[in-house]
Amino acid sequence: MFSALRPAGSLLELVGSTPLVELPRLSPKPGVKLYAKLEGQNPSGSIKDRVARSMIEAAEASGELEPGRHLLEPTSGNTGIALALIAKLKGYPLTCVLPENATEERVRLLRLYGAELVRSPGDEGSNGAVRVALELAEREPRYFMPFQYANEANPRAHYEGTGAEIAEALDRVDVLVAGLGTGGTLMGTGERLRESFPDVVVAAAEPLPGDPVMGLRSLEDGYVPPILDVAKLDRKVLVSNAESVAALRVLLGREGVFGGVSAGAVVHVGRMLAEELEAGVVVCVLADAGWKYLSADFWNARDVDESMEKTVWW
Amino acid sequence: MTAVRIPPTLRNEVGGERQVEASGATVRELLDDLAERYPALGAQILTEGDLAQFVNVYLGGEDVRTLDGLDTEVAHGQTLILLPAMAGGCDV
Repeated sequence: MFSALRPAGSLLELVGSTPLVELPRLSPKPGVKLYAKLEGQNPSGSIKDRVARSMIEAAEASGELEPGRHLLEPTSGNTGIALALIAKLKGYPLTCVLPENATEERVRLLRLYGAELVRSPGDEGSNGAVRVALELAEREPRYFMPFQYANEANPRAHYEGTGAEIAEALDRVDVLVAGLGTGGTLMGTGERLRESFPDVVVAAAEPLPGDPVMGLRSLEDGYVPPILDVAKLDRKVLVSNAESVAALRVLLGREGVFGGVSAGAVVHVGRMLAEELEAGVVVCVLADAGWKYLSADFWNARDVDESMEKTVWW
Repeated sequence: MTAVRIPPTLRNEVGGERQVEASGATVRELLDDLAERYPALGAQILTEGDLAQFVNVYLGGEDVRTLDGLDTEVAHGQTLILLPAMAGGCDV
């Protein structure tokens, strides 16, 4: 494990080993301890550094990824920024496909990190970005698409990293809560924690999408990430944007932890499940910090849900 | 009666409504009731008597697939939410 007192050779060595901090002021009862794993402290600011490094190194090891290839990924944010960082350090160019309605901070960050951008129709949401990326990859063989939704190196990063770190830090875990996107965090961390704590409840916090985000496509255009096995989730809870933002404010106000939107949702579910325990330990994985969301309207909105409904937030 | 929220994708199947009502003591009974009154909706959300792959059904805010599936019992005042399965989140 990396020691903070020894200089690192590059940021590649500083991925993971994130802090775990207790949130005593958010626990609903004395017997229940609530912890937050601060993934925003990874080098590019999110949990996706783990996934990006894992996917790229797995592809290098298998021979699929060689110098001269060009990385391509559908992502409107954290995965793109993480891939841009790791790709830069390893010498690969990167193109990200992202919906037109991604937040400006994300677009600027991706450009600053050196990624090339291809925009997909906003009304097609995340599915549209996936579709466009798959078409590009098909057309141009120079592209290598790690595709976090179907890449086993994604959950493996959390099995070997996130989950192992939590298991080492705590003697007991009753509930694990993480945001549901690709399912990588929940699958990998959950599997590792079940080995140490067989009765752990693995709970997903899932965004309740606004109508404009869902669009009018048919159900046949739906998508379940291949790496996600819903049968391995014990709970799967919808969280509205308003609930996420309310929890975000409480987290910042009481504990001084500035989380991103999905972190708010995770804390919302963590506190809800903590209420159901008499005693125990709840671990919330906070995927990123709030900085990338500062330009969003919801901080001052009277109707948070309405102000957020046109964008996918995590 | 239980309130059922309909996503934009499925509103044509229920005459454009955002929310409809259904009766039943379990999720299966609610969905069967809906399918009987709105056959086009039933054809989309149920496949051979089971939930279609790309539809998610939530009762009281929780995915019924992690509860008791279609046998999940419905309590008074709970809302059923239907949603399309979408590529997750912002990380696309």
